[in-house]
Amino acid sequence: MGEIGELPATESVATKIAVKLTAVDSESPWRSSLQQLRRNRAAMVALGVLLFMVVVTLLAPVYAHSIAHDNPFASNLQGRIKIGSHYRSVMQANTQGLGLGVTPIGPTWHFSKYFLGADQLGRDVFARILYGGRVTLLIGFSSGLLCIVVATVLGMLAGYFGQATDWIISRLLDIVWAFPIYLLAISLSVILVTSGLDLGIIHIGAGSLLLPILIITSVYVPYVARPVRGIVFSLKERDFIQAAIASGASDWHILRKEIFPNVAPSVIVFFPLMVALNILTESALSILGIGVQPPQASWGTIINDGLQLLYTRPWVAIAPGLCIVVVCVALNILGDGVRDAFDPRAKLRGSI
Amino acid sequence: MSRLNSMKRMGVILSSLAVCSFSIIALSASSPAGASGYQSQHAGGTLHLDATAAGGTLDPQINYTLQYWQLYQATYDGLVSFQKVNGNPSFDVVPDLATAMPKVTNAGKTYTFTLRKGIKFSNGKTVTVADVLATFQRLFKVSNPNAGSWYNDIVGGPACVTTPATCKLTGGVVVNAATNSVVFNLIAPDAEFLDQLAVPFGSIIPANTPAKDQGDTPIPGTGAYAFTSYNPNSALIMKRNPYFKVWSAAAQPKGYPDEIEMTFGLPVESEVTAVENGQADWIFDPIPADRLSEISTKYVNQVHVHTLTADWYAPMNVNIAPFNNLKARQAVNYALNKHSLVKLYGGTELAVPTCTILPPAFPGYLKYCAYNSKSSSTYAGPDLKKAKALVAASGTLGDKVAVVAQNDPVDESVGEYIEGVLNQIGYKASLKPLSQNIEFNYIQNTNNKVQISVTQWFQDYPAASDFLKVLLNCSGFHKASDNSINIAGLCSPSIDATEARAESLELTNETAANKLWGQIDKTIMTTEAPWVPLFNPKLVDFIGKRVGNYNFSLQFYMYVDQLWVK
Repeated sequence: MGEIGELPATESVATKIAVKLTAVDSESPWRSSLQQLRRNRAAMVALGVLLFMVVVTLLAPVYAHSIAHDNPFASNLQGRIKIGSHYRSVMQANTQGLGLGVTPIGPTWHFSKYFLGADQLGRDVFARILYGGRVTLLIGFSSGLLCIVVATVLGMLAGYFGQATDWIISRLLDIVWAFPIYLLAISLSVILVTSGLDLGIIHIGAGSLLLPILIITSVYVPYVARPVRGIVFSLKERDFIQAAIASGASDWHILRKEIFPNVAPSVIVFFPLMVALNILTESALSILGIGVQPPQASWGTIINDGLQLLYTRPWVAIAPGLCIVVVCVALNILGDGVRDAFDPRAKLRGSI
Repeated sequence: MSRLNSMKRMGVILSSLAVCSFSIIALSASSPAGASGYQSQHAGGTLHLDATAAGGTLDPQINYTLQYWQLYQATYDGLVSFQKVNGNPSFDVVPDLATAMPKVTNAGKTYTFTLRKGIKFSNGKTVTVADVLATFQRLFKVSNPNAGSWYNDIVGGPACVTTPATCKLTGGVVVNAATNSVVFNLIAPDAEFLDQLAVPFGSIIPANTPAKDQGDTPIPGTGAYAFTSYNPNSALIMKRNPYFKVWSAAAQPKGYPDEIEMTFGLPVESEVTAVENGQADWIFDPIPADRLSEISTKYVNQVHVHTLTADWYAPMNVNIAPFNNLKARQAVNYALNKHSLVKLYGGTELAVPTCTILPPAFPGYLKYCAYNSKSSSTYAGPDLKKAKALVAASGTLGDKVAVVAQNDPVDESVGEYIEGVLNQIGYKASLKPLSQNIEFNYIQNTNNKVQISVTQWFQDYPAASDFLKVLLNCSGFHKASDNSINIAGLCSPSIDATEARAESLELTNETAANKLWGQIDKTIMTTEAPWVPLFNPKLVDFIGKRVGNYNFSLQFYMYVDQLWVK
């Protein structure tokens, strides 16, 4: 991760604060940033695409139950469907040559019947992509949010209190940072996906979606916490903070009212990019079979299903891959727009 | 023997009893693989084999994989070996390094062999009876996987199992250099002793071989070929043994290629493409599902399909809920649609639904189907209504069940299918896919509390006990052990007693013994239902266009060294 600008876009706010010894005037700069974002056509198109994908995936049950009339989580190996006046088996036995192999039905391009064909268990791929999108987006957004929240708290504590607090937090982050992201994520997943997470009173089952969310969050926290810590270090030397300290404000008050408003714009800039990265990481883990576990499906697990059908039914892998591409490109374009609006000096695409 | 997966510890000596009609080379029922007149015009060249990964240690007394057992046929010999012919006679044991079949005396407890003279190892040293004694001592010293279950019948064997380092087998293996005789004294008669000597664990190797796993270092053997180099990350090379002369074509025929090379590292999809393009002559790994249709239509003449004496099955843990309830186990037996499972494996040309523990045409096989949609000895279909009623009657409705399966495509699909059906009949099921390397041991260990899993079993040699006694006997059940091959945990003294009776009967009346084994199979399934037998798989060999002389052993599969490439 590259460094964030020393002082974020709220520098003018900080000046006001230094004078008034009050909290950030959160109205005008936020409003101005949002207006700037709204004027960014590319970012708005990206946001539109993103919202479209979210809405479409939320409608998965409607499609499965009311349009396709199937259960995309139940196998349908003996199923037959009627297309036009013909009945076709969902799983089609090869009748040529030696007759080896059974191939799932390919895309019918009939919106209501196996639009993108079936997977190796005879399940409707299109319906599974809709359901899988819910899981992928849920993991991406929730782990992105959790990552930002945890990283902001840790970065602020380390940067503000310094000394032992900083040393302990920084070394912990260094340990995580020392591992390549995917190596660490894969290692954690291999262990936790098998046995689940058991921390005394907290038990998370092996198939729970919380596991990939927590794993992805934990591997990315240092990449946001370190820049936040740097910003707080810098802010701490500023007059308005010193003034607040001199006026006897509590640490909690200073962190909440003085530091956080100045850190928030930078952190917000990270969010779309973190969501995109987390979606990619979740997909990578699921493609390897150590992310989302059956019966849940994500775009990554559907790609995994499609790998064994790549020669005969490539759409099973291509379609969820395209969904990931579309969502991640949209998030990146939106992220650029957010950066331009909130923190133009931030360098987002560094070493992540 | 279990198949962990196609590339790892696929324990296995498989066999097939019916050579599939699709096999293009018409195999006569017992035509010799190598002795039907050696055709020297086809000798020479290099045979290229592909495997996605190496098969582990090259030590024949430790390695327990089909991948290398198939190659060991051309590199090692025991005192006896399975006949190198096609068809059913490939199950027959013939003299190999011994001059003749042993003289069995002392009520079946003493086997006397005479070692052939003048046979040399690939390092030029002559094979002596001292090598034979050292071989069997080493077998215990290196902790052979079956030392405690097969070879501990030899006098002194139990002590060797307890303290392998000092293993002498005093009184158990008695050799006489003057007469070249080797005498095995057993603690009790064992009808399967010769089979156990004929597998690669019984390969005779030089007496000075270090008593530890030789790993990547080839051990000299007496076969037509010798391993000359082995790098598990790249390739295994076999070249002609310069000291080999045919002494019995039925036991160890002369091979055709000058060199056999097994290359590791390509994904299986690329291996198939390599064979299609003539860059490889054969692949060890199973053909991926999405290439089956292609090879069976475009490369018909290069495909050979064989029925295997093997089971895919779903063992249910009879000691923990919900499957400690017979009705729950019977419900699953009724619920699973084996026709669907056959589709998952590749269709009716690649698998046959089964209801029995013993594979069809196996010694002791009794055709019946206890859990069926209609009263028939042939599997007709599932009976979901009955399954749901049994679940309700068992009081296990709504119980949580985790299905454990390997994470390779077919195993995981089967696991997902079972998970779906369990949900359908009223359980709250989930799937737990595990790495191919750990699943087989994981499902055996009672500490892991596995309720139901997906696994396979391939015969070691053609004997009913290799399924029924090995997999469903108290002796195979060890709590908290990764090597508790009785995965269902069924331990019934009455079944054990009947199995012991069948084993004794094998020594005097094989027909009666097999009939009893068939009854045991039926009794286990009807009164205990510890498994759901799913289907009997078939094997697909895909060979290169230039390859000729395809021969298939029911015991050890294709004879690699008999293929010709010229």
